[in-house]
Amino acid sequence: MIEFVNISKSYDGINAVDRLNLTIARGEFLVVIGSSGSGKSTLLKMINRMEDHDTGKILLNGEEIYKFKVRQLRLRMGYAIQSVGLFPHWTVERNIATVPQMLGWSDQKIKQRVTELLQLFQLDPEQYRNRYPHQLSGGQQQRIGVARALAADPQVLLMDEPFGALDPATRSALQLEMKRVHQVSGKTIVLVTHDIDEALLLATKIVLLDQGRIVQVGSPLELLAAPINDFVIEFVGRSDRGIKLLSLKSAQTLARDQTAVPGPSLPCDTTLREIVSFMAVHGVAQVNVVDGAGKHAGVVHAADIFAQRV
Amino acid sequence: MLNHAAETQPVRPSAGWWRDPLLWAAMALFSLLLALPHSAPLFHALFPSIQRPMYVQEPFAQLLWQHCKLVGISSGIAVLVGSAAGVYVTRRVGREFESIVQALASMGQTFPPVAVLAIAVPVVGFGELPALIALALYGTLPVLQSTIVGLQSVPISVSQSADGMGMSSWQRLRQVEMPLALPVWLAGVRASVIINIGTAAIASTVGAKTLGSPIIVGLSGFNTAYVLQGALLVAMLAIVVDLAFERLAKAVAWTA
Repeated sequence: MIEFVNISKSYDGINAVDRLNLTIARGEFLVVIGSSGSGKSTLLKMINRMEDHDTGKILLNGEEIYKFKVRQLRLRMGYAIQSVGLFPHWTVERNIATVPQMLGWSDQKIKQRVTELLQLFQLDPEQYRNRYPHQLSGGQQQRIGVARALAADPQVLLMDEPFGALDPATRSALQLEMKRVHQVSGKTIVLVTHDIDEALLLATKIVLLDQGRIVQVGSPLELLAAPINDFVIEFVGRSDRGIKLLSLKSAQTLARDQTAVPGPSLPCDTTLREIVSFMAVHGVAQVNVVDGAGKHAGVVHAADIFAQRV
Repeated sequence: MLNHAAETQPVRPSAGWWRDPLLWAAMALFSLLLALPHSAPLFHALFPSIQRPMYVQEPFAQLLWQHCKLVGISSGIAVLVGSAAGVYVTRRVGREFESIVQALASMGQTFPPVAVLAIAVPVVGFGELPALIALALYGTLPVLQSTIVGLQSVPISVSQSADGMGMSSWQRLRQVEMPLALPVWLAGVRASVIINIGTAAIASTVGAKTLGSPIIVGLSGFNTAYVLQGALLVAMLAIVVDLAFERLAKAVAWTA
């Protein structure tokens, strides 16, 4: 859907992005990660031309983005940033309606869309529609920011460190919501972050950047299980890479089909990481898992967890 | 999920109209205007040594009207020019002029208004025109400055969002920047108009008929009664207009 062909961009002779090639498929949740100055934000902003690239081509559905008018391009893409940037003099409803209104939607359609989006982010439409941004908590503001970016049903959603300024609890709640929104909407999402845990949780594909160049591209599992060099290992966390690997798999995948052992049960979509943590806390080596309906679905053995090879 | 209880604004019981200061001030100005022509006995009693203590060269109502006209036209020009220049230097095309315009504006405000009047007279002669020019020039500065400050106070994240969502620069200015800058801008307009009301009184030194006329005539003829009559009216006018601006400022405030 989006293709970077040999893209370079420099500021004052320093390469922010250096001969970069990348393909983003439709429906992908691409997370671009890197330390500050790695060029990750520049990469994102080149997609909606908040930054222009120096050389190379960026293709949107096979067409050069320079062929589109800047405004047309941006109206087709959602854009959410860390500092949210809600318009403080407009209500939540008016904020979300920004792009639909520019596109000339009818009032009826806009109202309906606002209701849908507020429900998607689990905010009561009647309660929040007419609030002003300063009447919302930080997490609510960011939800509205993302809802605003999604308002006109854009083909692509661009997010620049959207959860960076939130407290850990709010951040993880929003990350889970974002994952759900991606699954429900099937949107192509490009998200920039420096938080590896965020990347591992959300991404279907991770791009690790360093000094404007791609170090490794791959699924979270690939980055953790097959890091190509020391930089990647360092970035994903040398000391807890194994633990992070466990967080990518659910208990279900390892449960032995046997009758329940004494002790408590956990849901079968619990990650192996949580299972290990549970075992360490309770001093057990076997844990029952139950399916969505609460029915016994097997037993996870510590020996299996540590015997597996990912 | 965080669930804030609805923040209901406490509904203030609507104050009775008789407690509205703007209404009282306006009524005071109006009654002053009506009462002054009939208050000769009072001023005779207050200033027994002055033979003719009532200013009768022009009716006070006419002076007030001319005063308002002078202030209105000059402030109108000031607001148009100041706002346009302020918008221009905060756009990408005019950004390089910003520092020079800012410097001019702050330098201009160190000039006393009388000096501006004095410079205008040799250029265009006596009468209403030099007063109009001086007031318009002098009134431009606060408007210009407040326009720049107001527009620059719009958070970068907000204007960046506006760009990122595909607003044109005109839409961004019209829908986002101008409404956000409005309270600051209005404060500048208010300062400009109030300064002009005072300065317009001095403008009668260069031949414009204003509420300053009794003051100037009184000062040169040692007639304290004239000075008092002119000063009372100018002061009341300034108070009324200032209260009206205060009302307006409350109406346009977007922050709670």
